Amino acid sequence: MTQIFAYIPFKNGSAEDVALEYPAAAGKIDPNADLTAVVTGAGPDLDAVAEEMAKTYKAVIKISHADLDYPNAELVRKAMTDVLPHDAVILVPHDTFGMDLAPGLSVKMDAAYAADIVDFEGLEGTTLKMIRQELGGAVYTHVTSDISSGAVITIRPGSFAPIEAGSAGGTAIDKSEEVKELSAKRKFLEIVEAEVGDVDITKSDVLVSIGRGIEDEENIEIAQELAEAMGAVVSCSRPIVDAKWLEKSRQVGTSGQTVKPKVYMAMGISGSFQHLGGVKGNPFIVAVNKNPKAPIFQVADVGIVEDILEFMPELTEAIKSQ
Amino acid sequence: MEILVCVKRVPDTAENEFELNSAGNDLDRDDLVYSVNEWDNYAVEEAIQIVDNVGGSVTVVTVGDDESEEVLRREMAMGANNGVLLSDDAFEGSDGKGIAAILKAEIEKGKYDLILTGAQADEGAGQVGGMLAAMLDYPYASLVNKIEVVDDATIKVGREIEGGNQEMNQIQLPCVLSIQTGINEPRYVGIRGIRKVASVDIPVKGAGDLGIDAATVGGAGAKTKRVDYFVPDLGEGAEMLEGSTDEIIEKLIEKLKAKGGL
Ligand SMILES: Cc1cc2nc3c(=O)[nH]c(=O)nc-3n(C[C@H](O)[C@H](O)[C@H](O)COP(=O)(O)OP(=O)(O)OC[C@H]3O[C@@H](n4cnc5c(N)ncnc54)[C@H](O)[C@@H]3O)c2cc1C
Ligand SMILES: Nc1ncnc2c1ncn2[C@@H]1O[C@H](COP(=O)(O)O)[C@@H](O)[C@H]1O
Repeated sequence: MTQIFAYIPFKNGSAEDVALEYPAAAGKIDPNADLTAVVTGAGPDLDAVAEEMAKTYKAVIKISHADLDYPNAELVRKAMTDVLPHDAVILVPHDTFGMDLAPGLSVKMDAAYAADIVDFEGLEGTTLKMIRQELGGAVYTHVTSDISSGAVITIRPGSFAPIEAGSAGGTAIDKSEEVKELSAKRKFLEIVEAEVGDVDITKSDVLVSIGRGIEDEENIEIAQELAEAMGAVVSCSRPIVDAKWLEKSRQVGTSGQTVKPKVYMAMGISGSFQHLGGVKGNPFIVAVNKNPKAPIFQVADVGIVEDILEFMPELTEAIKSQ
Repeated sequence: MEILVCVKRVPDTAENEFELNSAGNDLDRDDLVYSVNEWDNYAVEEAIQIVDNVGGSVTVVTVGDDESEEVLRREMAMGANNGVLLSDDAFEGSDGKGIAAILKAEIEKGKYDLILTGAQADEGAGQVGGMLAAMLDYPYASLVNKIEVVDDATIKVGREIEGGNQEMNQIQLPCVLSIQTGINEPRYVGIRGIRKVASVDIPVKGAGDLGIDAATVGGAGAKTKRVDYFVPDLGEGAEMLEGSTDEIIEKLIEKLKAKGGL
């Protein structure tokens, strides 16, 4: 029976959404798997999460240590390496914490590593078959890992159907004693909050969102004119902010803003998961892209294969003349 | 400060429409346009800026085939001082750990204070930097969007976390950092710059030179393997509007009105 351990990230004493997504993922790895939640931290927040998890998981491992109060990946890695069996399958979210923790954890556990998994096709012997994407979502691949000496797998948040938090009646086992010495060459200092910009894109019902397809800073005007005609606000994907063409507060995505508009106009945006991770509330998505194979067309409601630099001005004119 | 930057030659997502080959087990690579992984350019720029400030040198390294030499030259045209190509048939089919093990062998032959990678490359894995750090027993920080040199032994780094917030950390050198885009503005490389480094010697090292047992890397040593590429059947996808631009716009305006977009 496969032993699967799910690392539970939490903030302010409550577990992140992925905590309810792991059970579906584990079930697809092996329907008979033995699934255990792992929580690390300190104080009342940790206790609250451990208790919350015992409603969903039959088994919960709690690792408490003052130095784990902030999840420093190097310390969490040491704690997990000390406590978990080395042939375990460990699930971690593919987010900014998981990317910090998981690759090094797989080295220290001497386990196979698979990153950003969106689906599992099951286990044959000790070979686990999985699905992931490459090239910003343009293609899918099957990968296999030999999990005979364990595996560390990051799963893409939102890819597995969440279960209802139930009444598993589980108990949290305190394994803090098994942690040997905890020290790290990296020390957490502080969190610097993202700057607030002049426009709050989260408040707009309609967003004209531009991506790398806008090609040049001067062309941003074209999007502004369209937005004005629509009574919308201009937002963007990350490369536009990296180039300093628009301010960070206009960026939609996991490392930017989460928006819930009624209508989202994706103009020259390919549709990476980090971008779409910021588009919530099931808006009506219109995608205009010159590449008919752009992944954005898989998630958009309406797709148009056109050059946005020609299409947007014509659309603006048509709307104005209505 | 002696800085090593790991770079990779990848298919350019902005320049290509990806198709599968006729067997369906690989991309059709005949006409693909390749370039340096976007994240790696930011890492090289950052390394050059640090060395401009505190002195030292920048070395760029890649694990790849003959054609990967061109990305090393491009980064040297940006201002990296040295390039090293790690190439051997035995390296083919390596998983992330294989690549990290090969890079580790090269790193142990030198003396670097700081090792930079990109946050992720074409496969979207984001794995090599963290593995390399763990193999070397160096501290690691991923998704770095700010570096501040404190002294010879310490730096401060900002990590970009969810929502664009920044997690500040102090790290002891030597360390490995994976660099996030936006940390700087990578300089432009013109034809003249490339020409200047066209004849610079770039050493090529294989498994033997690095003292690597060929069975531990490449396809032979890989615990994780790509089986195939495929295009999934994703249901209907978007309703594609077709016709002349005028017709498309007319249909679109109807829909936008219905959905509250106008
Ligand atoms: C940890 C992490 C966090 C991230 N967070 C975010 C985030 O919060 N938000 C975000 O957006 N990204 C984020 N990214 C980056 C993300 O992975 C993608 O690189 C990015 O979203 C791509 O932006 P894009 O679609 O604009 O550019 P590309 O992927 O380059 O796509 C450009 C698209 O425009 C099309 N195009 C080009 N020219 C034209 C034209 N003239 N007319 C019409 N179409 C055209 C092309 O066909 C292509 O599909 C993050 C990455 C990492 C690693
Ligand atoms: N073949 C390679 N040669 C050198 N560096 C690499 C190679 N593959 C990945 N890297 C480095 O690791 C980073 C992350 O890539 P990955 O882990 O493949 O997503 C890249 O940005 C590079 O810095």
